[in-house]
Amino acid sequence: MAKMNLLQAINSALDIAMAKSEKVYSFGEDTGSFGGVFRATSGLTEKYGRHRNFNTPLVEQGILGFANGLASQGSYAIAEIQFGDYIFPAFDQIVNESAKFRYRSGNEFNVGGLTIRTPYGGGIAGGHYHSQSPEAYFAHTPGLKIVMPRNPYMAKGLLLSAIFDPNPVLFMEPKRLYRASTGEVPEEEYSLELGKADVVREGKDLTIVAWGAQVEMAEKAADKAAEDGIDCEIIDLVSLLPWDAETVAKSVMKTGRLVVTQEAPLTSGFASEVAATVQDKCFLYLESPIARVCGLDTPYPLCHEKEYFVDHLKVYEAIKASMTY
Amino acid sequence: MAKDKQHQLEIVTEPKFIDGSALKIPMLQILKEDGTVQKGAQVPELDKELALKMFDTMQFIRILDERMIAAQRQGRISFYLSSLGEEAASIGSAAALDDGDMIMGQYREQGALAYRGFTVEQFMDQLFSNERDLGKGRQMPVHYGSAELNFMTIASPLATQIPQATGYAFGQKMDKSGTCTICYFGEGAASEGDFHAALNMAAVYKVPAIFFCRNNGYAISTPSQGEQYAGDGIAPRGVAYGMKTIRVDGNDILAVYQATQMARKLAVEDNEPVLIEGMSYRMAGHSTSDDPTGYRTRDEEDAWRAKDPLARFQTYLIKKKWLTEKDAEEIFAEKKAAVLAALKKAEKVPAPHIDELINDVYDTPPQQLKEQLEQLKAHIRKYPEAYPKTASRIDGGEK
Repeated sequence: MAKMNLLQAINSALDIAMAKSEKVYSFGEDTGSFGGVFRATSGLTEKYGRHRNFNTPLVEQGILGFANGLASQGSYAIAEIQFGDYIFPAFDQIVNESAKFRYRSGNEFNVGGLTIRTPYGGGIAGGHYHSQSPEAYFAHTPGLKIVMPRNPYMAKGLLLSAIFDPNPVLFMEPKRLYRASTGEVPEEEYSLELGKADVVREGKDLTIVAWGAQVEMAEKAADKAAEDGIDCEIIDLVSLLPWDAETVAKSVMKTGRLVVTQEAPLTSGFASEVAATVQDKCFLYLESPIARVCGLDTPYPLCHEKEYFVDHLKVYEAIKASMTY
Repeated sequence: MAKDKQHQLEIVTEPKFIDGSALKIPMLQILKEDGTVQKGAQVPELDKELALKMFDTMQFIRILDERMIAAQRQGRISFYLSSLGEEAASIGSAAALDDGDMIMGQYREQGALAYRGFTVEQFMDQLFSNERDLGKGRQMPVHYGSAELNFMTIASPLATQIPQATGYAFGQKMDKSGTCTICYFGEGAASEGDFHAALNMAAVYKVPAIFFCRNNGYAISTPSQGEQYAGDGIAPRGVAYGMKTIRVDGNDILAVYQATQMARKLAVEDNEPVLIEGMSYRMAGHSTSDDPTGYRTRDEEDAWRAKDPLARFQTYLIKKKWLTEKDAEEIFAEKKAAVLAALKKAEKVPAPHIDELINDVYDTPPQQLKEQLEQLKAHIRKYPEAYPKTASRIDGGEK
């Protein structure tokens, strides 16, 4: 075990993956010897050479096109998109190509070796274009897996699983926590199951569902609610596609109440998918309406970030409203 | 002359713009339109067997295209894309490759696939979306693919295959495989961002890729000159990206073959990506959903008919005494019979079992998909007459 922050955990996963197979390649804008703007790929060029970890020209659609081709050839392609906000030029390559590669060919070809890493989320004074949480766009796309870790331990184990999973995986890293979140992380290789939710805290009164950096807000809100005598169960969804509806439904059948929280805007967000599924599976168990605590339906603001941000107080208020419904 | 050391540029003192048409790239032609050899041209080494295989494939594709357009008109298949007039571009280039080289097509390269050995039955199974189709009936007709033949499955979005070719070739280079990737696309697709991304990255990484542009004059109805681009076609872009580039007569199978053979050597031996622009003409409509009479003249089509790649090659082969008119007629009749027989057989083969609907979305179907399939099957059992393709063998049918 070693104390690592989330970036170090990611770097450690990449290091292990590249040591494990010569067919693992890591690339993106500025990710070569410079190590990326967040330094997630630090030291990899020195260790594995500039043909294994390298810079790309500044073209996201090219990065993903290249990555799809490399993965279809049988390599493990780890493509970094510098910010989730800049993933959209690559949207076609991800949605129409990566996601459909196996299906459209009848399994003649696949890009299972593809992993797309991208930092997402706000709370860093990044304004419109360094703060977005675009997971829902991709969660509407059969064929992709989407994973969003909440801490260094989860990040390393999940990233290693994502790299070697036989399906293309979009791995969204909570950049607010890159250095802020630290914890004990095994130095050796280990993997965590994709598609499986994690019950972070057990409780009997109300279920909170969150993923990525938002789990921290759920935990803080639950702490505050505990002072009022409310016992919250917290579920980290971990994977958004495919997602673990069973674990969530089981929890809601026990508590009868659900608060789903996400950083992204409310309308058509993944929280809506969770709410719709839970009302379908748990209709007769519900004691109060399912609450979605989300960003406003505005572009991500700069000067009003604090007001816009889905902090623990907003989640706490939703918990109280649900309990007193 | 003074030099800027940082950029290694010569310094001038006069403001002079380089004209957009300064670079005019010539076109390689070996066979003239009448099938005779251009004076001074070096005919590529080509034995009789290979030449006849190329000719055979051209004949096959011509009759396949013709019959399948007819089949679409009769309502037997939903859609078709013909490569009429462009057979030399795909077959001549495919003939210059090794079987281990990857082919990434756009959707008008059935010639390259046939040359690789895709059988007439395999063509038909795909066109009829039946249960023998390698693609499991999931894509529209002509979206062929075969891992065994190193022919990447076709996808409809334009140009997406071009940066993928760069990535695939990068992997081939790193594996020291001694193979390359050829990537086909049209002059219209070369306007897409993916084209520019792909060529730039290929030149930067020095990958063994051959980018083959079939400049066939039209992107559906939009003419290339003046509406798709203002410059000298696609070829100068290769030069701008720092890539070896050549323009060939795309209707001259010998020129296409020679250029691709040399390109392959550059790609595999020197890791030099190459751009080839083959000048041709889409004699057919864009697809069976298109009617070219609305945007081009009969005269224009007739002018190009005179440049027909098949007739040109046939004349050459007859002059060389490798073929007679009678041989050509016999080959054509034999191909036609094979196409018709396979067509009749393929249309009787049932559609893939409904269980295939959820396979291959992932390596194994997740729980949600299994539940959705069971719900769907319960629904089909309730209304079997509404779903005749699958209802009869929904239970007990092979998976």
